[in-house]
Amino acid sequence: MAFPTRRCGRLRTKCVVILAAPVLAAVAALFLGAYGVSPGQVLRILAGRAADGQETAIVLDVRLPRIVLAALVGMALSTAGATLQAVLRNPLVDPFILGISAGAAFGCALAIGFLPGVPLPVMAFLVGGLAVLAACGMARSGGQISRLSLVLAGVIISALFTALLSIVKFLVDPMKLQSIVYWLMGSFALADWAQVRSAGLGILLGCLPVVLFRWRLNVISLGDDEARTLGVHVSRQRIVFIAGATLAVTSAVAVSGIIGWIGLMVPHLVRMATGPDHRRLIPLSMAGGAAFMIGADTIARSLTTADIPVGIITALAGAPFFIYLMRRGGQESWGE
Amino acid sequence: MIRVEGVTFRHPQGAAAVLRDVSFAVAPGRLVVLLGPNGSGKTTLLRCLAGLWSPTAGRIVIDGRDLRHLSHRQRAALLAVVPQEHAPAFPYTVQEAVLMGRAPHIRVYAGPSSADRWAARVAMEAVGISALAARPTSRLSGGERQLTLIARTLAQEAPLLLLDEPTSHLDFRNQHRVLALVKRIAAEKALTVVMTLHDPNLAAAFAHQVIMLKDGAILAGGEPETVLTEDRLCRLYDMPMGVLTHAGHRLMFARQP
Repeated sequence: MAFPTRRCGRLRTKCVVILAAPVLAAVAALFLGAYGVSPGQVLRILAGRAADGQETAIVLDVRLPRIVLAALVGMALSTAGATLQAVLRNPLVDPFILGISAGAAFGCALAIGFLPGVPLPVMAFLVGGLAVLAACGMARSGGQISRLSLVLAGVIISALFTALLSIVKFLVDPMKLQSIVYWLMGSFALADWAQVRSAGLGILLGCLPVVLFRWRLNVISLGDDEARTLGVHVSRQRIVFIAGATLAVTSAVAVSGIIGWIGLMVPHLVRMATGPDHRRLIPLSMAGGAAFMIGADTIARSLTTADIPVGIITALAGAPFFIYLMRRGGQESWGE
Repeated sequence: MIRVEGVTFRHPQGAAAVLRDVSFAVAPGRLVVLLGPNGSGKTTLLRCLAGLWSPTAGRIVIDGRDLRHLSHRQRAALLAVVPQEHAPAFPYTVQEAVLMGRAPHIRVYAGPSSADRWAARVAMEAVGISALAARPTSRLSGGERQLTLIARTLAQEAPLLLLDEPTSHLDFRNQHRVLALVKRIAAEKALTVVMTLHDPNLAAAFAHQVIMLKDGAILAGGEPETVLTEDRLCRLYDMPMGVLTHAGHRLMFARQP
């Protein structure tokens, strides 16, 4: 091919490292935790040859589901981030900034507080979908969505749903309030296999169209007119991408609360490492997001004896990153 | 074969028609230049030809098929477009950008195959940008970017090529190089080309057929030698113009009042 082989080889190395990262992170996380289980014992438990029932339960029913859930949520958020950035042609957006997370959180709180019959992921998807439509609708003028007005619209939508969420918190009975508040902080502390199943279904279903159609993201990111002259049915394809991203994100929010910034940081880091081609970017963002989230969660649960909500860790990393992206004025990673 | 039949275009909210009863035909293998001042409707006409906008009245027929009845994909297999502004959201490499021309040939859930890669490579070779394959498009000069877009249209393998002011961001030398390249490739591959230009001199040098547009209507159309006269140029640009002929070249200039 036209590439010099050295560049090709370096690229391949980077891809392999990113793809291997979540596996390595998961293995490391399995051996770390507040309750000291010796590495040898962890290996024996994994091999199914351990006597101690309590230690087995800690590794297999506390740590393992927590790691899997963190990986799924990290994957969902960063895949959605990469997708939304391409579809909206805006490198500054992610599900958190667009207000999808806040919308989904409001939907969940509503379900917890007042609609006990409705499953959380369903409410999360409905209200989260409403949020993204509202943000895009607000930012659109004359058929165009400008980058800055989309970010502003997202801020407004987020503020709106956060206010609505406060009303729910204010009105709901104190017992339910406690569970809403704890879940909202963004934490995997309550992870179990049931949560993995319920979130996993929505996340995998939402990521599926993105993975299948990912090369089209390249074409769509050129803008509506160019994509149309290249034969892409832009409006139909865009709805599929946004719906998939929204389903993945809202399924994640329903189990983990609001965890911001991952969807912004991971795609940018991957793009800086291996370039903007979505054929690579999507799978690498999935792996990178999973690894990042497992890492952040491991830090959150082992930094102190208390289990710090992981959303705090990602926000601490994400805010400076956003400032860095803005200061760079968008050169390499979004080519203006 | 393109037939434009009585095309009128009006913006949904606008009262005045941007195009008024425009009709012309382009024979296969011809290079046609649309000339006219800003706001004359050149770009609107090109967007209608590209299928991005639908005429308010009249129709555009390509190879016997009404443009309105074609899907995006069918249209993209017939005509390729070089847009005036190209600002990708991400810095794709030249190779990735050219590969996007294969979109109409690639199934929705698939990515480019090795045959598609080959087509992109051949297209890059044809316009002489193989050495730039791995360069991000954000780091190209205006001329290189234009060549990348032309390579993309070649990879698209459509028999019809539309270019919207392909020379507007180019220096003097590159204007001639790019247009000469387009003309050579069009002749080699028997492509039909329609482009808008600002400079009548470039039209005279490269076009088989010139169509003058003024206030949304056709002022004149035909071979450059017969269309590009002093009288018509004066009316087209609303200013005194002169025409010189020297060694087979036609030189048009604005007369100082």
